[in-house]
Amino acid sequence: MAKRVELDSLSCFYGKFRAVDDVSMTIEPKSVTAFIGPSGCGKSTVLRSLNRMHEVTPGARVEGRVLLDEEDIYAPDVDAVNVRRTIGMVFQRPNPFPTMSIFDNVASGLRLNGVRNKAVLEESVERSLRGANLWEEVKDRLKKPGAGLSGGQQQRLCIARAIAVQPAVLLMDEPCSALDPISTLAIEDLINELKDEFTIIIVTHNMQQATRVSDVTAFFTIAGTGQPGKLIEMDTTSKIFSNPGEKRTEDYVTGRFG
Amino acid sequence: MTAATLDQGTQAGLSTRRLSRWTLLGVLVADVLVSLGLFAVTPLQGRADFGVFVLLVYLALQTMLSISVEGRRKAVDRFVLAVVVGSFVVALLPLASILVYTSVHGAKRFDTTFFTHSMRNVGPNDPGGGAYHAIIGTLEQLALTTVIAVPLGLLVAIYLTEYARGRFGRFVSFFVDVMTGIPSIVAGLFIYALWIQTLKLGYSGFAGSLALVVIMLPTVIRSSEEMLKLVPPSLREAGLALGMTKSKVVLRIVMPTALPGIVTGVMLAMSRVAGETAPLLLTLFGIDQIVNDPFHGPQEALPLFIFNEISRPSPEAYDRAWTAALTLIIIVMVFNLLARLFVRFASRNRGSARA
Repeated sequence: MAKRVELDSLSCFYGKFRAVDDVSMTIEPKSVTAFIGPSGCGKSTVLRSLNRMHEVTPGARVEGRVLLDEEDIYAPDVDAVNVRRTIGMVFQRPNPFPTMSIFDNVASGLRLNGVRNKAVLEESVERSLRGANLWEEVKDRLKKPGAGLSGGQQQRLCIARAIAVQPAVLLMDEPCSALDPISTLAIEDLINELKDEFTIIIVTHNMQQATRVSDVTAFFTIAGTGQPGKLIEMDTTSKIFSNPGEKRTEDYVTGRFG
Repeated sequence: MTAATLDQGTQAGLSTRRLSRWTLLGVLVADVLVSLGLFAVTPLQGRADFGVFVLLVYLALQTMLSISVEGRRKAVDRFVLAVVVGSFVVALLPLASILVYTSVHGAKRFDTTFFTHSMRNVGPNDPGGGAYHAIIGTLEQLALTTVIAVPLGLLVAIYLTEYARGRFGRFVSFFVDVMTGIPSIVAGLFIYALWIQTLKLGYSGFAGSLALVVIMLPTVIRSSEEMLKLVPPSLREAGLALGMTKSKVVLRIVMPTALPGIVTGVMLAMSRVAGETAPLLLTLFGIDQIVNDPFHGPQEALPLFIFNEISRPSPEAYDRAWTAALTLIIIVMVFNLLARLFVRFASRNRGSARA
């Protein structure tokens, strides 16, 4: 199920502005990769370009290639909708659909794929909620609105919703920044479990979080305002945090900068 | 901020002297009594004048008392609060008086004859007669107008919020604004010129509905557009990131989320249109007998009925006009109630975040 993601000279633009310049990297399947770097360095933009959510912003476009197991997701005959079904995403703020129940939230992705069989839906919703460590807390109120849950529960609901369609890759854009430490811990434990099944890429501002959850860390930064963001280095998380190859990385992870 | 710039009260500690509710109530009672006396002995008179006089005197007394006891900041607070509450009451007065006045006058002819008979063979000065033909006409015209204007307006609103990019979107948006400003008589004239004069399709309830559509459309577009804009972009992103097509995101996520607001907007538009008279004058022609078919021949409508009856110099016609006005208000209120029930039913899955 999990797939390899390869970025080949990827540059991201907002109109004429080059936000991210020439990023190349390979992300192995069933691993957790953390993107770290100061605000505005383009790590979220890179993440969003991996499932073609970047182009949803008017005027935004990319150059270069993103390969999902050898297949370029930006090839002209590729439909962005199919890409997003294969590469799921969890956002910074929990965003359950307010008009839907807990059950319907998780089932929403499957339903649009034409799954109508009630037994199949129920089985999939339970598996996804168990996968997101939320089942025990909500199994008695599946018909209640998803917006009635706590922030941490809502975020796990969003993760359940994302994994219900069984994507190959799961993108997480600062999934814990709106959550308290206990909910954060729950999500981090979840990430460790999920990497058995999915390729996970997570953007985080929290460097302890990167060391706790990720196998590989990529450090991005910008030279200054108006300059494009760049990938400085990418290596195993232990190496990045103990003995990075670049001075800029070391300054950032030790807190001397940013 | 230094201590010197703070209120006197805060310098002495955290607690300050406060005016009690009873003191203020006493001031109000004294104010009313003194004013009553003044209105009895001086040339001052009139109920409205009395209200304004009492309010102004109370404002002055309260402010002076508050400054001397509580300090300037609290006095300003009390003054503004009193002005806000006073304005609310003033704004509510016309509404309440319309309801009361219409109910009182409308009750005279609120009988079965009124709701089961037309004005056929009833002379302008005769008693009896009813507005059945006008009620049928209004309901049919309103239904036709809504059936045309709501889908059209919703689609335009969806286009404007979800799809419009650049020049054409601004062009459409500009013309919606222009349409909002069209006087209702012009909408009537337009349909008269197009439908009746040029296409020679004749007066009918449907022609009236078309004129009403011209009035209703921009209102529906604007209100739906505002409601669709209120749907957080993060929900659209969540849908897209799940691999939903854009149309699915609009239909399954954006529309249901905005539905209560859209329904409210549609209700307001319908209420407004239900009372329009000018566009109907030129398109319905008006008739004093029951016409069930809105597509052929002249029809009556409640606003037109009211207009005609009130123009007649007889107390019987006058009473019929009031009852028709009351009926119109009731129809609009019933529609509003039904819409609220629908919204409550449709959004029972909604979280506590949005009631």
